[in-house]
Amino acid sequence: MADPAPKPAATFDCRNAFVQTLEELAAADPRIVAVVNDSVGSSKLGGFQKAFPDRLINVGIAEQTMVGVGAGLANGGRIPFVSGASCFLTGRALEQIKADVAYSNYNVKLVGQSSGIAYGELGPTHHSIEDLAWLRVLNNLTLIVPSDPWETSEAVRWAAAHEGPVFIRVSRMPVPELSRPNREFRVGKAETLRTGGHVAIIACGTTVHLALAAAEALAGEGIEARVLNMATINPLDEEAVLAAAKTGAIVTVEEASVRGGLGGAVAELTSRNQPVPIEMVGFPGFVPTGSVEWLFDHFGLSASGIAAAARRALSRKA
Amino acid sequence: MTSQHSTVTHPNDPLPMIREKALWMRRRAFRMVYEARLGHPGGDFSAIDTLATLYFGVLRYDPAQPAWEGRDRFIMSKGHATGALYTALAAAGYFPEDWLNSYMQPESMLNGHPNRNYLPGVETNTGPLGHGVPVATGIAIAGQVTGAGYRTYVLTGDGELQEGSNWESAMTAGHRKLRNLTLIVDRNRLQQGAETEATNGLDPLDDKFRAFGWHVEMVDGHDHAALLDVLGAPVGAREKPLCVIANTVKGKGVSFMENQASWHHGIPNTEQFNIAMEELV
Ligand SMILES: Cc1ncc(C[n+]2csc(CCOP(=O)(O)OP(=O)(O)O)c2C)c(N)n1
Ligand SMILES: [Mg+2]
Repeated sequence: MADPAPKPAATFDCRNAFVQTLEELAAADPRIVAVVNDSVGSSKLGGFQKAFPDRLINVGIAEQTMVGVGAGLANGGRIPFVSGASCFLTGRALEQIKADVAYSNYNVKLVGQSSGIAYGELGPTHHSIEDLAWLRVLNNLTLIVPSDPWETSEAVRWAAAHEGPVFIRVSRMPVPELSRPNREFRVGKAETLRTGGHVAIIACGTTVHLALAAAEALAGEGIEARVLNMATINPLDEEAVLAAAKTGAIVTVEEASVRGGLGGAVAELTSRNQPVPIEMVGFPGFVPTGSVEWLFDHFGLSASGIAAAARRALSRKA
Repeated sequence: MTSQHSTVTHPNDPLPMIREKALWMRRRAFRMVYEARLGHPGGDFSAIDTLATLYFGVLRYDPAQPAWEGRDRFIMSKGHATGALYTALAAAGYFPEDWLNSYMQPESMLNGHPNRNYLPGVETNTGPLGHGVPVATGIAIAGQVTGAGYRTYVLTGDGELQEGSNWESAMTAGHRKLRNLTLIVDRNRLQQGAETEATNGLDPLDDKFRAFGWHVEMVDGHDHAALLDVLGAPVGAREKPLCVIANTVKGKGVSFMENQASWHHGIPNTEQFNIAMEELV
């Protein structure tokens, strides 16, 4: 007899965790300011603006200025959280991120909102699937991709306390709160959410819960999959990746392009040190018109798609 | 090489046609947004009268030959207003009207922002604000270099002008005296979250463009006759690019949408949709 349908888990928009934490931190630390590009609503910063009207700097639709202003504010002793849609923040202002924030090594916190393909039907101009590739190569910039509200909140707290450039990639896509063996947020360290020695699934952000569901399905076939939450893409936890390579098969999963992001980082490292078959789950590049759900399903960002990738990786195992 | 083409001919008095098309575009665009549950109706409605005037009274084009090299170019720099652009292109005959039914659907040619690889009549892909004027400037320079007689029109939002790229290319266009280039600013005084003047003010906008070497005209952006006058006038002896500041109302034509920032990407419920259909006659 079939089990009763599982109750769908509650899901959360991580932007709420971002703003709640930021408001709390700002109440305690007057140096914290927010910088936006006509993005008060889409960053959910309306409450922050109300509470701290003088500490919300809206430069208008001008991302290059927004990031440059962030660097200037850091120079003036403020702790700026520069928040805008990840596509425009990282695409339009990439040189400001490179030169003014990373290279100048200013204490700026960049918050890429509605990242990945959260804007679904609005198309590739509004998708931010290239951001992991073009940000992870920048020195000094800590690149964090939280997987759920708890981790988003921890990342914001860590960023505020850390002296140096940080990018936090926030999604608007509803995700479940992950159950974790121990709630300890460690930047630069992979979190092992499931142990297993046949294949390792390395995921980040909105795809971590899908990776866990895939591992559950694989277990039913006798395949023991390790699941790593790689919330920090830069600096990468090399030790955890090389240990994962020892299983002999790796799957990377990201709500991003399969070119140059988490998959690219894992491939760079393993190809030099511990060559291993890798299957990369993500988007191939510019995608067709479609809703978030349709795009995830179409490109295999699903429990079944990830499980299939794991089987492919296993079949290539030496 | 000149390809075979037959340019659309606008009637001697295009105003009745422009009026009819503008009304149809508003109704059709609103239905698209209502059915897709997505879109930017406020900015569609402030721009529709400009697009109707251009496509049915001004531009020289052949929808059967979208790549005809002598065509006038139109670039929708405020690429979020696809309700306005797609209905204009369908009405102009670039593709069948029933394509509009697929707005935002999986694998549709009608993405939330226009894609020239999908749709004939789209000159360049827009969506990130501040890209249209530089590209239009390049098209106008090409025309200047080759001596081609086409004109280039680009429509931007007003909030969009906060992007620096516009001003870089405005300098270039002024410096190069791109007389065949026309920039139309949809001056509805609202951006996504608030009024432009409360966010990062643009006034005095006309003086800014004059200082950058442009000839400036101000016009009521919902008055078809006035739009036709400035947009349809021959370049004549003018040696500068032309900036038309079209004073508009965001959400123009539907009482509850007019001048409301919340209708930037507001989606109508059934009651609102029905009220709009009653008002748009
Ligand atoms: C580079 C960039 N930044 C931000 C956005 C998000 N965005 C889309 S429309 C819009 C407001 C545009 O205002 P305006 O140019 O005045 O257009 P209109 O009022 O005609 O809709 C914003 C901020 C964008 N599309 N591109
Ligand atoms: Mg506007």
